[in-house]
Amino acid sequence: MTTRHRVRGRLPVVLVLPALAGLAFLLVPLAGLLVKTPWANLPALLSAEVGEALRLSLICASLATVLCLVFGIPLAWLLARSGLPGRGFLRALVTVPLVLPPVVGGVALLLVLGRRGLVGQHLDAWFGISLPFTTAGVVIAEAFVAMPFLVISVEGALRAADPRYEEAAATLGASRWLTFRRVTLPSVLPGVVAGAVLCWARALGEFGATITFAGNFPGETTTMPLAVYLALETDPDAAIVLSVVLLLVSVGVLAGLRDRWISGPS
Amino acid sequence: MRGVVVGVAVLLAGCATGQTSGTSEVTGDVTVFAAASLTESFTRLGQEFEAAHPGTEVRFNFGGSSALAQQLGNGAPADVFASAAPANMKQVTDTGTITAAPRTFARNTLQIAVPKGNPAKIAGLADFAKTDLKIALCAEQVPCGAASKKVFAAAGVTAAPDTLEQDVKAVLTKVSLGEVDGALVYKTDVKAAGDEVEGITFAEAGKAVNDYPIAPLAKAPNAATATAFVEFVLSEQGRSALTAAGFDAP
Repeated sequence: MTTRHRVRGRLPVVLVLPALAGLAFLLVPLAGLLVKTPWANLPALLSAEVGEALRLSLICASLATVLCLVFGIPLAWLLARSGLPGRGFLRALVTVPLVLPPVVGGVALLLVLGRRGLVGQHLDAWFGISLPFTTAGVVIAEAFVAMPFLVISVEGALRAADPRYEEAAATLGASRWLTFRRVTLPSVLPGVVAGAVLCWARALGEFGATITFAGNFPGETTTMPLAVYLALETDPDAAIVLSVVLLLVSVGVLAGLRDRWISGPS
Repeated sequence: MRGVVVGVAVLLAGCATGQTSGTSEVTGDVTVFAAASLTESFTRLGQEFEAAHPGTEVRFNFGGSSALAQQLGNGAPADVFASAAPANMKQVTDTGTITAAPRTFARNTLQIAVPKGNPAKIAGLADFAKTDLKIALCAEQVPCGAASKKVFAAAGVTAAPDTLEQDVKAVLTKVSLGEVDGALVYKTDVKAAGDEVEGITFAEAGKAVNDYPIAPLAKAPNAATATAFVEFVLSEQGRSALTAAGFDAP
């Protein structure tokens, strides 16, 4: 499955030209951002508020990733290994947040976890917990949008992994939980890492669900994407600087992962 | 097919085709870039204009005034610009995209918006300082937030908001869902929100009156119809549609 075939020789123009056009389409806007960055004014534009928004973004994205790992790995396992009926349908449902406009996700979260929401009204009445307009709300909004990336990635790895090792462990008397921890999980670790990084990057860039569900308040819910959007209204230069910071952080993380998330588990 | 092409064009740059450039006849397509808060009233005015001038078709690109101003500044082809704030109109006039002086056609003032039944018993601006209430305001960077800042300064109230939203409709959503106890939005938004939201007027609202300027654009593909539409908005008929939506006459 993972043997690589390298086709050598002349590359067909009919493929190379559109490929280069596609590459330019994806990279030129990012390059444009860097060209237009007012590098000279950079230190002045990087105010304390930017630092605060970046710090909040990094913390929330990391917490959201932890949340996704805790719930997403078991969910991926359920989709890949359990004999659950209707798994295909379930898998389709899990991917819905991937294609849903994030604002819709935010509204859905408000309707369920908001102060008047289906679950939220009880949280408020019984425990005095109100999630909207809190940092916890940001984490939940980000986890909602990012979790499918983790589930899909881990599920793919689980499907590709050889089940014979698990079977061997089982015949040697290991319980399913022990097998999962000591055999399954290590064998799909590259998939888990790749999923976690994608999940983290998606959470870092989350805007729509965050602003809809968690609102926007400096130091509490204003993450970098929200800061970029609002800066654009009055100070485009500041917005460009914020965007560059966010871009560098994202590229840094994806580059650190190199080709691990492209190639399957070996 | 043409519809699809035009639709894509509208999506991409908020533009549409005007095929009757150079004529002084009031006919053909006219593209109006208008502030989001004008959505209901201008949609209605557009229909009335089309009825009054057979052969015309009014196309709208509704959005935040600053976003529209940026699109126009970047060359989006349009015939008319109706802004929710003079500052955004000035952005466009500064680039020389408008020749005729913009005229104020409507005014909007803020109102306190509360969920149906006013569960937190909000009576006035002073309640916005209470930290135990959930309060939503527009961010200062957008016009309704700048206006909110003015009225709080006039009232001597230090507001304790829980969220600063990116536009007035986002604030309104939080009110109609009951997620916040009170918010400041435009009078017209309370009216457009229907039964879920109640409006409370307050004395300091007069300190932050928002003027709406309108002007035909210099490079209007359909200049004659653009001018006719601007006149129509400023006419008695236009005024009555706008006051019905909750705007004040200039």
